[in-house]
Amino acid sequence: MSPFSILNIISIWVVPSLILLALIFAYFRGVKVFETFVEGAKEGFGMSVRLIPFLVGMMVAIGLFRDSGAMELITRVLAPLIRLIGIPTEVLPLAFMRPISGSSALAITAEIMNTFGADSLLGRMAATMQGSTDTTLFVLTVYFGAVGIKRTRYTLAVGLLADLAGILAAVFICNLVFK
Amino acid sequence: MVNILWAGMIAAAIIIAGINGKMEVITPIIFASAEKAVSIALSLISVMAFWLGIMKIIEKSGFIHIVIFFLKPLAYWLFPGIPRNHRAMNAMLMNMSANLLGMGNAATPFGIKAMEELQTLNSRPDTATDDMCTFLAINTASLTLIPTTVVALRAATGALNPADIIGTTIIATFCSTSVAVLSDRVFRHYNRWKNKGTVPDPKKKKEIKKIRG
Repeated sequence: MSPFSILNIISIWVVPSLILLALIFAYFRGVKVFETFVEGAKEGFGMSVRLIPFLVGMMVAIGLFRDSGAMELITRVLAPLIRLIGIPTEVLPLAFMRPISGSSALAITAEIMNTFGADSLLGRMAATMQGSTDTTLFVLTVYFGAVGIKRTRYTLAVGLLADLAGILAAVFICNLVFK
Repeated sequence: MVNILWAGMIAAAIIIAGINGKMEVITPIIFASAEKAVSIALSLISVMAFWLGIMKIIEKSGFIHIVIFFLKPLAYWLFPGIPRNHRAMNAMLMNMSANLLGMGNAATPFGIKAMEELQTLNSRPDTATDDMCTFLAINTASLTLIPTTVVALRAATGALNPADIIGTTIIATFCSTSVAVLSDRVFRHYNRWKNKGTVPDPKKKKEIKKIRG
């Protein structure tokens, strides 16, 4: 059995088995499962609706920045500088997009894999980058937005530093392992 | 910082579109993005409702102690200020477990729940607490063992062994998470040193903890 099929099985089984085990366990502990479920689920609505203003503000800025040509221009201007650090130009758009928009980053990763091949060095580098960082702006907007926090202090700087570290580490490790 | 970034992104977009003579795209982009934001929030309702319902069952039955068993020491180390049996701790641990296992959309509801519980310990409701900052740091760095989405994408684009990037991903994740946790600590101490006694009022925080804990 290849590692992939084992992983595939794990990722398919993890959610259903967690739910099943939780229900069986709760039932035997005498928890009124359905009533408890409803009680918890009630909170979901308010939390999601409270997010709307924060999401609208952030998604508009991201959409404008990405689709107006601003992103492309900045990527092109910074390209020579970033090649100095050792990040290949081909994965640069991904490095820029990853903290801003999760779905666009995934689309760029797919494009890199299609163009250069999933098993190429660039393809693997893109995959590693995609997997090792998260969409900082989205996480900040959603998590702080849900509780109405406006003063986010240094969290954006920390998130972007972590993204940079993840991207540099991905380039370095892939060069080491897959070259 | 978020204010500068937000205004900067919008201003840069409008100015560059103007220079390129593409000003007509701006308004449609604004309303398409706004609509997408609302639809994301609406689709989050279903996910949130379901997972928060399950979370309540897991918490009430005590099953949570089995789920979070291995992560407890790490979380206690990361969040020394949160009482160990506090609901904020439970929700943060569920969020970290879901992230590690690549449980996709389950991590966000647990994370938002955790923020709400952390907010009950907050004496200044519009400002992030130290613990919130640390929690956000590990979430923006993506704590993950199984990058399910990427592996699926590699399988779809014809990789011979789609899972062979897991090793490099775990190492890179470890780097980004370490940098996140470290820089969070550095910023925290720098801030404390800068506004001695004024900003995160530790005395007030302790009192609240005593009441809630």
